Amino acid sequence: MAESTMKPPKIAIDPVAWMRQNLFSSWYNSLLTVFVGYLVITSAGPLFTWLFFEATFLGDKPSDCSGTGACWLFISERLNFFIYGFFPQEHQWRVDFMFGLMALSFVPQFIERFPGRKWFGLFGLTGLPVVGYFMIPGGWFGLEVVESTKWGGLMLTLILAYIGIIASLPIGILLALGRRSEMPIIRGLCVVFIEVWRAVPLITVLFMASVMLPLFLPEGVNFEKLMRALIGITLWQSAYMAEVIRGGLQAIPRGQYEAADALGLGYWKKTGLIILPQALKMVIPGIVNTFISLFKDTTLVLIIGLFDILGTVQSTVTDPAWQNVAIEGYVFVAFCFWVFCFGISRYSQNLERKLDTGHKT
Amino acid sequence: MNKQAIDSKPASPKPWYDPRVRSVFFQVVAIALVFWGGWTLIDNTLSNMESRGISTGFGFLDETAGFGIIMSMVPYDATMSYGRTFWVGLTNTLLVSAMGIVAATIIGFIIGVARLSSNWLVAKLALVYIEVIRNIPLLLQIFFWYFAVLSSLPSPRQSVDVAGAVFLNNRGLYVPEPLTQDGFGLVWAAIAVAIAAVTGLRIWAKKRQLATGDIFPTFRVGLAILIIVPALGYLAAGSPLTWDMPELKGFNFGGGITIIPELAALWFALSLYTASFIAEIVRSGILSVSKGQTEAAKALGLPSGLTLRLVVIPQAMRVIIPPLTSQYLNLAKNSSLATAIGYPDLVAVFMGTTLNQTGQAVEVVAITMAVYLTISLSISLVMNIYNRAVAIKER
Repeated sequence: MAESTMKPPKIAIDPVAWMRQNLFSSWYNSLLTVFVGYLVITSAGPLFTWLFFEATFLGDKPSDCSGTGACWLFISERLNFFIYGFFPQEHQWRVDFMFGLMALSFVPQFIERFPGRKWFGLFGLTGLPVVGYFMIPGGWFGLEVVESTKWGGLMLTLILAYIGIIASLPIGILLALGRRSEMPIIRGLCVVFIEVWRAVPLITVLFMASVMLPLFLPEGVNFEKLMRALIGITLWQSAYMAEVIRGGLQAIPRGQYEAADALGLGYWKKTGLIILPQALKMVIPGIVNTFISLFKDTTLVLIIGLFDILGTVQSTVTDPAWQNVAIEGYVFVAFCFWVFCFGISRYSQNLERKLDTGHKT
Repeated sequence: MNKQAIDSKPASPKPWYDPRVRSVFFQVVAIALVFWGGWTLIDNTLSNMESRGISTGFGFLDETAGFGIIMSMVPYDATMSYGRTFWVGLTNTLLVSAMGIVAATIIGFIIGVARLSSNWLVAKLALVYIEVIRNIPLLLQIFFWYFAVLSSLPSPRQSVDVAGAVFLNNRGLYVPEPLTQDGFGLVWAAIAVAIAAVTGLRIWAKKRQLATGDIFPTFRVGLAILIIVPALGYLAAGSPLTWDMPELKGFNFGGGITIIPELAALWFALSLYTASFIAEIVRSGILSVSKGQTEAAKALGLPSGLTLRLVVIPQAMRVIIPPLTSQYLNLAKNSSLATAIGYPDLVAVFMGTTLNQTGQAVEVVAITMAVYLTISLSISLVMNIYNRAVAIKER
């Protein structure tokens, strides 16, 4: 019998039928809908009134705020501080330049048809930190030096998350390879390193980096606070990165290893040319996910006294000139993080679907 | 055919090409590097501590701490030792972790199931909850609860009053504390008897069902036993329970149990944040049970409640348990964020105040890290045992 080529009949999207099916399918569901709907309407109304309708957007001093709605003036007046921290105004173009380069290398990754987007991404991973190293601290090419104690706000958050990921990637790869090594001592060392760092909270790592690192170093050698935090974050993150990459290594079918062996490739050639390119491609979504969690975790540096975006907001909400602006401040920070994290997580879900080669069982 | 003597053994490779020699060489180098690095660190640390006049060793644990802690589960006052502050911090950490794990599991399962609800509104609301909460840093959520919500509660004099027994204000939540009097042992005994009876009942009911096919209403009868027997014991012992009521004394409340706002803020934030991750785990676990299983259960005539309990949940648990474990571990580790709002957990008390006062960074950090290592390893051990129990039994 020939298979019917007729398409299934179109289901007319009738709002009443839709509601009947999805909202009022049984007496129990109807009750639930009415109850939940009531809760949503009664809480969304005041929320939107506070957020938008009665909020103050225009003006330039605290007394311009209506008091009944959100006072967004607080954000717009302090926006410069929230983005750049104490970075001197006349040098902020350097930060803007880096923001631009960052956007240029990573935004094309979201656009599938962008020509040569691979190269932009590669630049983002390798060239960008080099440029940043010259641009942000200064001291080169006639750029004035800006101490790292003056960095802050969103800029510091991005620096911490970005460097944390970039620096932990190579360490993570080595640790993951070490954990899958056939040499028992190397494997043991890597397992201990990974498990210890994964078991302790980031705060203890940051505390350790800020109070113990100076003790570990020979006399006369010292790092700035930001550098110490970065070292702590990188070591901690590399343990997580190693586990993600190990997942990729394990997903490579055995035949690939055996084929490389049969071709007579040595360990590093086999790893570098056959295994890692496949494994890394497979774990890009996982790496993006660890980036998201690291991005959220960078807020912890405010506990050791660095002013990231939450730190700058937290230090201004207690300003007596502005009354009761804590919620506005937190909503602003939450919105910034939410936009970044939600966007990136959607991207990684997309990628996961596209990269699914069916290797994983 | 020309016979040639063939050496059956291949020529052994040069030693630097021999994989075994290489592997020994690399491992010896690795050990040497680790020892050299460790020795350098210890040497540097010792000379640094000497030049800064920091003493070494664990003797400081017996010295008097001299600072107060706002909440302690073990008896503590400022005259006690630094060793005691360790226990105060540790019990506080364990308390908030346990509270958080229980609450996050309950909320997470509810949201995860709601996410799969056939009711469009409920499913979308659960989705919004998950996507909003898990994309906002936990520290920000803790700050929100502590600085924005709980600190805007009324002062003790204008407390929110529930039936004159429970009070809520910006100093915390006050609830009556049950005090057991003489004779309460009888109630404990009655509870033990009730539990034993219900266990016996379950075994008997199962045997009967296997033999005759009749289902005994174990749940309802068991619940009745669990309520009635202890209640009878309580009455027989002459109601040996009094309540310590919270009361407004001067500017603050006294008596009863106080849940300080630091604990409440940390607990809310930890539970709600972790719940959003657990919800996704639960959802993927339930979705992983193939449709054929539910359909087979329906074909056998199982009602939907039993299908869920006997067919779907046991299979979903296998997928849920491993990632759930790592969420529990995350929650326990994240409880260290307490230090940001001043809840006296291990990091805040021991790694914060004690470290600052004694200056013995190495010992304090080592102890703290060892504690978290132990907590992590024990949670994963317990969950591994449970996982083995629910794992697929293959013949």
